[in-house]
Amino acid sequence: MIDFIEAIGQYEYLQKALLTSIMVGIICGVIGCFIILRGMALMGDAISHAVLPGVAISYMIGINFFFGAVLTGVLTAIGIGFVSQNSRIKHDTSIGILFTAAFALGIILITIMKSSTDLYHILFGNVLAVKPSDMWLTLVIGIIVLLTVYLFYKELLVTSFDPTMAQAYGLSTKMIHYALMTLLTMVTVASLQTVGIVLVVAMLITPAATAYLLTDRLWIMIFLSSAVGVISSVIGLYFSFTYNLASGATIVLIATLLFTIAFFFSPKYGLVWRWIKVKRKRSALAD
Amino acid sequence: MKMALSVNDLHVSYYGNEAITNVNFTIEKGNLVGIIGPNGAGKSTLLKALLGLIPIDKGNIRICGKQVYETRKKVAYVPQRNDIDWDFPITVVDSVLIGTYPKLGLFKRPKKKEKEWAYECLQQVHMEDFAHRQIGELSGGQQQRVFLARALAQQSDLFFLDEPFVGVDVSSEKTIINVLKELRDEGKTVFVVHHDLSKAHSYFDQLVLINKELIECGEVESVFRPEVMAKAYKDQFSFLNEVGINV
Ligand SMILES: Nc1ncnc2c1ncn2[C@@H]1O[C@H](COP(=O)(O)OP(=O)(O)O)[C@@H](O)[C@H]1O
Ligand SMILES: [Mg+2]
Repeated sequence: MIDFIEAIGQYEYLQKALLTSIMVGIICGVIGCFIILRGMALMGDAISHAVLPGVAISYMIGINFFFGAVLTGVLTAIGIGFVSQNSRIKHDTSIGILFTAAFALGIILITIMKSSTDLYHILFGNVLAVKPSDMWLTLVIGIIVLLTVYLFYKELLVTSFDPTMAQAYGLSTKMIHYALMTLLTMVTVASLQTVGIVLVVAMLITPAATAYLLTDRLWIMIFLSSAVGVISSVIGLYFSFTYNLASGATIVLIATLLFTIAFFFSPKYGLVWRWIKVKRKRSALAD
Repeated sequence: MKMALSVNDLHVSYYGNEAITNVNFTIEKGNLVGIIGPNGAGKSTLLKALLGLIPIDKGNIRICGKQVYETRKKVAYVPQRNDIDWDFPITVVDSVLIGTYPKLGLFKRPKKKEKEWAYECLQQVHMEDFAHRQIGELSGGQQQRVFLARALAQQSDLFFLDEPFVGVDVSSEKTIINVLKELRDEGKTVFVVHHDLSKAHSYFDQLVLINKELIECGEVESVFRPEVMAKAYKDQFSFLNEVGINV
């Protein structure tokens, strides 16, 4: 541990990795809350895979992968909505069809580019190789995401909780849905370096689900979720650095560990406390 | 007396399957109106059309003389209870506070004034003791009262409630109907989708009876006649004819 802290002071690449992981932990935690409350966990998985062809195309034509990724991510979200609204195909089926198609296309494009190391890093993350430009990109995305959620908190809350009422008083639930999908795509792009495409969904869902077990207020849930995201990122980075493991995998496993603790020991919703309360009540009645 | 709602030649379908056809009626301000009819008659569909939640195929809806989209902020809607996610991380008083959102507009946050108002609305439905509970930890009747409080918080002129008495205990039902009658006495117009015919007589001033098309609309006495009701419920009661009872 001391080594790790010393190394952070010493190596610039590690400082960048740490800052990027912290930012990713925060924004994934924030957006993840809305994703799980809207029942869109699968959608999170879909969008994260759907950015792959965009990343490949961006490399091919030599632009920043951010633009290509957002483009294919959002196009896939629109495609999913279009198929499920205009046929009897259910939403989750539509998600399954479109994101696997996009992902398959991405794999072929990257193979054509003959860059299998890039593919490995995009799929599983390599936070220790974060470039300065990536760090700034993450920072800009972070600011956009946090500002949007701050400014439209009311609208996000009401459309998640009671979309019918939101629509009745004139909010466009469709527009807010696609805005959220755009934010989700941006968060995914920001997370590519740290956790990689395959595991982004865990960073979106696991911290948010942990927070969901700990509170009954949305704004507290958002803060707790970010905190869980940050703690997982930092500890995960430590293990990744010390034992030379894929950063995505270590970060996700720490998040899972925190979720497990909340699952059993959350004061209100934890399995253990519920069990103890029932026991106490029963023994009190037995006396 | 001014018009609260006028519906002209309204047709609504789901992907071409007619749900309601050729509905015409007008309601004046200051009435408590029951929308009644058998299951699948199109009551919820009518409500959703009036709120502009679903597209209409044909017809004209005027709320206080204006188009639906111009009056959205003057209308409060209480959805059917099963349309809500009761595990959502929100407390009772915060869910009432949502009622102040439409008038706040973009970027503004509810302040002390709005929070006090939300609390007052909770008091009107006798739910202030539960203000800080999570909304799922309430009985069906209590949940319905909270959603009524949210509608009160909207300070609207028109209220639409979809089946507010389903799965609700007797004392909650009394509280709800009393609040609705007070609203009516203040000059507001209240629409309630309802299917329990036994109470219709004592609850409402006017009735809109539909079964795909409008069967009758008017004072309770003029709608609540056997020959009129039979027209709406003829499918439900056809077995009575078969055993020799004539409705
Ligand atoms: N979303 C929908 N898609 C297709 N058909 C629908 C939909 N909602 C309602 N319907 C149909 O429209 C008719 C009227 O339904 P509804 O307005 O819910 O009736 P009520 O509220 O009076 O019980 C029913 O035949 C119902 O099957
Ligand atoms: Mg209905």
